[in-house]
Amino acid sequence: MRISSIFLALTLNLPILGLILAALLGQPSPIGSDGMVSGSTLTHLWNYVLTDYIVTTLLLCFGVGIGVFILGVGNAWLIANYQFPGKAIFEWALILPLAVPAYVMAYLFVDFLQHAGPVQTMLRENLGLTMSLPDPRSLGGAMWTFTMCLYPYVYLVARTSFLDRSARFMEVAETLGYTSVEAFIKLVLPMARPAIFTGIALALMEVLADFGAVSYFGLQTFATGIFKAWLSFGDRSAAVHLSLMLLSFVLMVFYWERHNRARQRYAPTNTNTRPAIPKRLVGSHALYAFLFCALTLIFAFILPMAVLFDLVSEQGLEMDSRYWAWLKNSLSLSAFTAILAVLCALFLAYAARLTQSKTLQGVNRLLTVGYALPGAVLGVGILSLLGLLDIAWLMSISVGVLVYAYLIRFLSAGLQSIETGLTRITPAMDGTAALLGAKPLEMIWRIHLPLLKRSVLTALLFVFVDVMKELPATLLLRPFNLDTLAVATYQLAADERLTELALPALSIVLVGLLPVILLSRAIAQKR
Amino acid sequence: MHEIRWAHSSVLKKISLIPSLVFGLAITLGSSPNHAAEPNAVLNLYSARHYQTDEALYANFTKSTGIKINRIEADDNALLERLNSEGAKSPADVILLVDAARLWRAQVNGMFRPIQSKVLDQRIPANLRAKADADGTTWFGFSTRARIMVYNKDRIKPDDVNTYEKLADPINKGKVCTRSGSHPYMLSLVGALIERDGTAATEKWAKGMVANMARAPKGGDTDQIRAVASGECAVALTNSYYLARLMRSTKPEDIAALAKLGHIWPNQNAGGVHINISGGGVAKNAPNPQAAVKFLEYLASDAAQIYLADGNNEWPVVAGVKLDNPALKALGPYQVEKVSVAAIGRNQVAAQRILDQAGFR
Repeated sequence: MRISSIFLALTLNLPILGLILAALLGQPSPIGSDGMVSGSTLTHLWNYVLTDYIVTTLLLCFGVGIGVFILGVGNAWLIANYQFPGKAIFEWALILPLAVPAYVMAYLFVDFLQHAGPVQTMLRENLGLTMSLPDPRSLGGAMWTFTMCLYPYVYLVARTSFLDRSARFMEVAETLGYTSVEAFIKLVLPMARPAIFTGIALALMEVLADFGAVSYFGLQTFATGIFKAWLSFGDRSAAVHLSLMLLSFVLMVFYWERHNRARQRYAPTNTNTRPAIPKRLVGSHALYAFLFCALTLIFAFILPMAVLFDLVSEQGLEMDSRYWAWLKNSLSLSAFTAILAVLCALFLAYAARLTQSKTLQGVNRLLTVGYALPGAVLGVGILSLLGLLDIAWLMSISVGVLVYAYLIRFLSAGLQSIETGLTRITPAMDGTAALLGAKPLEMIWRIHLPLLKRSVLTALLFVFVDVMKELPATLLLRPFNLDTLAVATYQLAADERLTELALPALSIVLVGLLPVILLSRAIAQKR
Repeated sequence: MHEIRWAHSSVLKKISLIPSLVFGLAITLGSSPNHAAEPNAVLNLYSARHYQTDEALYANFTKSTGIKINRIEADDNALLERLNSEGAKSPADVILLVDAARLWRAQVNGMFRPIQSKVLDQRIPANLRAKADADGTTWFGFSTRARIMVYNKDRIKPDDVNTYEKLADPINKGKVCTRSGSHPYMLSLVGALIERDGTAATEKWAKGMVANMARAPKGGDTDQIRAVASGECAVALTNSYYLARLMRSTKPEDIAALAKLGHIWPNQNAGGVHINISGGGVAKNAPNPQAAVKFLEYLASDAAQIYLADGNNEWPVVAGVKLDNPALKALGPYQVEKVSVAAIGRNQVAAQRILDQAGFR
């Protein structure tokens, strides 16, 4: 059990090993007469561009971090504590943007708002606007877009955390004479901190791993540096060095977060908490709450969808056989990977729980690295590894390599959900079941499974949607003739055919919406 | 608790089988039968051509030869990395790339198998294919595209921007737009300029370009054209086929944009316009080499050349192919630079270095 668990986790970390080996053994591909060796690519990048890239990356993370905090925590707070018009809809609708890939949001945002786009053209031609508006292709535009796509991560965890705790604490706070704002800042927020941090960390890892949306905004981030080293200088080894730097940065943040969380352990929630009774807002307060949620939803989902539908109607619905193939490939890959990931996650989570082994818990933590790994870097890692083993030809004829990449990238998302679910099943429950004569399998079947159902479902959905949206690893590792909706969207964007990509992009969103809506329903029922 | 843990373990032994099952399943599932098919009944194509209009081109080959095409499309370098990792067991038969520097790099890295084909030697001009040696030729160009300028008729006099060099002249301050300096199309242009004007002059040119930019480089070539039409930029560099595509568009907003635009064939009396090549060759370890050669010869046929010209608005390489593309006809004949593909390939790293040093993002 222990050994196979470690084996599985290590298998999933092999590409990182591949990267490290490539960095150590790698020789740059031969370039022209003045081709540079790896050292000089790195020196050149350091001297001229890397500082810029790092500053841009940090600014972007900072802006998105603040953005997702405000929208995620703000909306979660309103939904968890108050009753106001529209709340029943906002509660689940606020997670809908999860289904929109950042690169699709970027295409829409830029196309709609740029100087040559419909809004500015209309303003110039009909209202005689002469001054130039801020360029959507900018750092600010990217912050906005990522915030709109990623705040649901924070919203989801913050909401759960507020619901679990705030009822009692708000009552205590009231008896202490705190206003509700004071109570929020002094009591509730610090207690929800680990959850909020996790949400923000997830969002920022997406930002760090992104290349498509960032480059569409004309921004140059650390990922740009990796690609420049690799593509322009043809220096895989320098690219790998840079990837490892990015990776160690992410690991440091992770360590810091774990460390913080370890110091801040609060007593677990009792199982017999009263459900919170949301306070009814009236008058202007109700209006503000409504506006906050409504505007979030409009800018993050309704408006982008309207633009997308408009593009589709402009293009017309041409669903030829190619379209159906994309759809079929996307669906089957996502479903297959989701099931596989959940099986692996269940196994790893149970192994850690039953053996109580610190090693296994550490091994499971190690898997989170995959999530922060930029898809393209992961792709290079896998290529290096397969190259070393001389089995890279497998990837052209079997979908296995691609699924393996997806597992590395997304297993941690599933694992986290299932681990959280398992913590709710206390050892005392196991003990009681055993006392009552339940056999182990019976216990899993009759006690754990019903209790875990929601976590398993959530894990399935997360992985499904993530695979549906994944692009760089799919581009690099897919077998013959396996174009997915995401690949088609990307190829059409590369061919600069924005209107034609509307249909596959819309399909990604719509298919992604199904599980998101299921998830929202589960959320609504939980109340 | 201890007992419970012990009691679990037999069940969990069974569960531990899951991972191994999972991986076995993943590898075997989806293995396509084509790999084992009769040699030369299929063709495995690695293509960096990202043009939707190529579908018909491939379908026509399968229809006329019965050879099924398996395709992977990705960026040039992603394909080359993949080939690199796959090594001798790579299933690739034909590699198609879309940039001269990349073709050259693939050749230098030994990705191609030299072939001898009378058809290809005869139909493809010598300057648009690799230099042949005793074993044959490694790659062939099948279509070309020119790096031209579009300008806003209200904002600029065409004579002020009729060479690449003039784009960097202080008279054009605040007027110029391009895509990113890391893009292969820009790198190949700069690589050609290094060959034509020398390194020092190109460094100065890059600095002048940066000083003249209307906005930081961003977006694709189509974005540049639209920004020129809307007046955000006065002049921009673009590949010819993006302009031709716009010229053939029937959308009202495209027609309105086009009315504001003029285009320039740069350097017509000063070294010629920079052209880039889309081409390819047989992969070094091709399992279906005969099908591969057949496919390359097909690409040089009149029918395929017309597909390339009509579909993606590229110029055919075969002399005397009858064009039926009004946009290409309107863009007209032009004088082409005399810079070798090898020089452009060799200069790529230097080009990136110069652009980085000048702050050309």
